[in-house]
This record gives sequence, structure tokens and C-alpha cells, in this order.
Amino acid sequence: MSVLVFIENVQGKFKKSTFEVISFAAAIAQKQNLPLVALSIGNVSDDELAKAGKYGAGKVLKASGAQLDSMNVQPYATVIAQAAKAENAKIVVMSASFSGKGIAPRVAIKLDAGLADNVIDLPKMDGGFIVKKGAFSGKAFAFVDITSDVKVISMIPNSYKVVESAASPAISTFDAQLSPRDLVVTIKDVKRSTDKVSLPDAELVVSAGRGMKGPENWGMIEELANVLGAATACSKPVSDAGWRPHSEHVGQTGIAISPNLYIAIGISGAIQHLAGVSSSKVIVVVNKDPEAPFFKAADYGIVGDAFEVVPKLIEAAKAFKAGQN
Amino acid sequence: MKILVCIANVPDTTAKINFTPDNKEFVSTGVTFILNPYDEIALSKAVDLTAGGGSVTVINIGDASTEPTIRKALAIGASDAVRVNAKPRDGYFVAKQIAEYVKKNSFDLILCGRESSDSNGSSVPAMVAELLDIPCILFAKSLSIEGTTATLEQEIEGGKEILSAPLPLVAGASEGMAEWKIPNMRGIMSARTKPLSVIEPVDVPQYTQVQSFDKPVPRSSVKLIAAEDAGKLFDIIREEKKVI
Repeated sequence: MSVLVFIENVQGKFKKSTFEVISFAAAIAQKQNLPLVALSIGNVSDDELAKAGKYGAGKVLKASGAQLDSMNVQPYATVIAQAAKAENAKIVVMSASFSGKGIAPRVAIKLDAGLADNVIDLPKMDGGFIVKKGAFSGKAFAFVDITSDVKVISMIPNSYKVVESAASPAISTFDAQLSPRDLVVTIKDVKRSTDKVSLPDAELVVSAGRGMKGPENWGMIEELANVLGAATACSKPVSDAGWRPHSEHVGQTGIAISPNLYIAIGISGAIQHLAGVSSSKVIVVVNKDPEAPFFKAADYGIVGDAFEVVPKLIEAAKAFKAGQN
Repeated sequence: MKILVCIANVPDTTAKINFTPDNKEFVSTGVTFILNPYDEIALSKAVDLTAGGGSVTVINIGDASTEPTIRKALAIGASDAVRVNAKPRDGYFVAKQIAEYVKKNSFDLILCGRESSDSNGSSVPAMVAELLDIPCILFAKSLSIEGTTATLEQEIEGGKEILSAPLPLVAGASEGMAEWKIPNMRGIMSARTKPLSVIEPVDVPQYTQVQSFDKPVPRSSVKLIAAEDAGKLFDIIREEKKVI
């Protein structure tokens, strides 16, 4: 028996969220007294795989081949399910990334397993297997007992710490058998903005709302984000108005995020917006209206005009970053 | 083209979420229920795709209390509706009901919202697809169909991709896939007489069980920083919260 963790790469590299999910799976494996097996799919160098070995896996498997070069949900789910069977995995863990959200339900069906998605904390494993997961679009949590023999869980990025260990596990090849049914989706084109921090797993997020008055004023928001190394986000009215792309919309009907620091500028804080950002560790609100509801949900508030406050924040962020180096 | 749209009946996005004192159950008293916003995008897309012919069936897993939401979907433009008469226990239960229905009534396309804003998350679309052994494009921002091939744009880590897939498939609708449709008077009138059939659920093993709910701990009161001292923000956060 074992615990299997799927370690996702983006263009051959592992991100911090991958190390988080390995650390998370390692803590589960330790509690269950089971070995942890990490599975990488796609084109990843042995050097990069060795990095993934430092977070508690006893063994690293790599599945690769032309059909697995790009992330594609069906073949990836098949490989994970086959590896889980080969390793007799009782618990399969992955990140609740865009890819993981598509893959985990398929793996659960293939393994006849119970699934808990969007898990945000280590399961309680003293009698039962109770996970804490986001529910009602971030307005609440649900504690869910997974009672099936095999369990699949996906973990929200930024919800577990990275824990390094001394091990350097062996890397071995895993040969999966794909069927033609797995390969019917063709990826025609992939566009990634390499200079931008991706929103769901960003540690710092700078977000702005209608208080910015128009899309032409986003330069200062982007500059602040750049200096901090943060991702940019926006409120729903802003993406609805076409000022910013829908992919930046955080909130109940957009992306739910849980960064270490969320800076909201010119956003009043409607309940739907709060739902998507309430699991941020620290929230800063900048708004010229002292009655804005968002101040009630913030750790720090600055009552002031964004056009005066943001330039000050940019200067302060530059000085702060310079002080860190 | 025959399209199936899976719809969920969820608390209004402005609703405050409350639970019974033992935290075991959601308190629905005084809460308005709506068509899940992402499902509404999926439905709007289905109506657009069948403008030149075809049918849109909506399926909901719920008790009789969900019928106003189903009627709203019919008013937006669905041709007919099916309600599987059961409480939606978990994502697996819902997915099994939908997949069983699709096996008996074939569809060219199954559209869902990319997630539901209650407790069921985003597992249903991919589970339905796996049960039917067809593709699922979960984060579809656009969808076009030519013959029996669909072309979709999907959100991915740090960007987007263009995919092509054969029908039938499952697609999860994101913002941008279609404009929300507001039902007009004719739609509302005709919705009253469109067919809504009720079927009984199939048996599904239960693998997950909600033990209790909880709400986020409210933040301690906000610490105000004067606008002229905004420059001290990052030092204060580092000092007090140690997150940067």
C-alpha cells in the first residue's frame, strides 16, 4: 500500500505549488505509515525530478513519451490511475490547479474512489478520513468524511507549507498503456504569458475595482504588482465592463484565491467578491469611502484616493524590495 | 444538434450562508435560490448553438423545490427539462444520475457550469465525461462547432490553450463563453407549458459524507493606516504578519 502524489510541471519545471502538494502528501503518508510515491508525467529532466525528491517522497516515477508531452486530461488521468493501481495506492493526492481539477474526478471514477476537491488542510485521520474543503464559493468550509477504500483528494494551492527533507529518492520510469479513447483531444495551440505570475497560485495579489475609473489607469496597478512580484486581479464589474480580462476576475463567480497578501484597491467589497478572497492570509483595502464594506473584512485599511495612495505604495514597495536584497 | 445542460439550484450569490447550531446542515430559510451562474452561461451558449435548429434539454438533480429554477431555464430557452427526484448528495451522485440519463438518451454535447456555488465544487463535469468515456473541457472560455468537431479555448496554468475535440463531449462553461440571457415575456409564458419530466434516481454507492460545516473566522478589527503613511504599509505587514 502507498500514497501517490501527482507532481505537475509547467513546461518541464515544477512550481512551488508542486512542492506544497508533495509536502502535504508526505504528511498524510507519515500519519498513515505508508510510503509516498511521487508521479511525474511529461517531459521533465532528471535534475528537475531530483528537486521534487526533496519533500518526502520515497520514490519518484516518471511517465513520458510523445503522447504525454503536453498536459492533456484524459491520458494524464489514465497514467495516474494505472500508477495508483501498480503502487496499490490507497490515497491519491494532487493540486487543485486548473489541470488537477479536470484530472482528479476522472481518476476517482477510474479507481472507484471517493473524491474530495478543493481541500485546504491536512485530513483528520484518527478514525475516519475527514478533509476540510471550501464550500459555498468560499463563504464556508465543509468537513467531509471519505469512506471509500481508495481516496482521491485535490489541494488548493497556498494552503500547505513546503517542508524539505533530506531524502534523495531513486527515479524510475513508469510505462503506462494508453488507449485511443484517451487521445481524442488535440491541443492546437498554447499561449502562456511567461512574464506574469499566475493568479491561482500567486502568493501576492494586487487587485483593483471600479475605483480606478477606467482601464487606462491600470498602469499603476500593474507597476505595483510588478515591483512586488504579485499577480494582478480585478473585481467583477471591471471584467464585465471589459476593462480587464475575465481571467483576472476574483470572487464568487470568478477565481477563488488564497494568497499570503491581497491588496484591494478601489473595490467596495460586495459579498460575492469577499467570498473569493476571504481565505487570503492578510487583506489590505485601499478605498476613498470610509464606509466601504470591505474595510470590515480587512486586516489593514487605508482610507484615501487610489490615485494618491498607489504611487506611494509603489515607492514603498521599491524601497522594501531593495531592503530585502 | 441535441444538447443537454446540467443545472444546479444554488443559494443566491448575495445570500449569507448560515448553518444549524450543530453545524450539520445549511439553513435555507429566507435564502433565495437561483440557477447556478456558470450553468446560466452554459444554458445561454446552448440556446445560441441551437438557434438554427436542435434542442436543449436541461437536467437537474433535486427535490420539487428546484422547479422554479428549472422553469427559469425553460424561460431562457431550453426546450424541455428533466428533474431527477433526489437531493444532490455529492458530486459523484449527481454525475452518476446525469451519465445514466445520457446513456439512455444520446446527446451531441453536454454543457455544465465549470463549478457550482454550493458545496459540490467542480467535480461533476469531468466525472460525467469519465463515466461516458468522452472528453471534458472544464474551463472553456469559448466553444464553436463545425460538423462533429468542437474547437474550444480553455484556461490553463498561466495562460490559455486552443483544443479540438470530437463530439460528443462535456464542456464546463466559464465567463465569456456566452452572454447571459434574460428571459423575455414570451419565454416566461411558454416555460409554463414546456415538458418537465420527473424521474427517479439510480442507486449510487456513497463514498463521501459531509460531517459538518464551518465559517471562516471573522478578521479582528481593521487597522487603519493614514493615507500619508501608506509608504509604511509593507514594513508594518512584515513586522506584524510576517507574510512578506
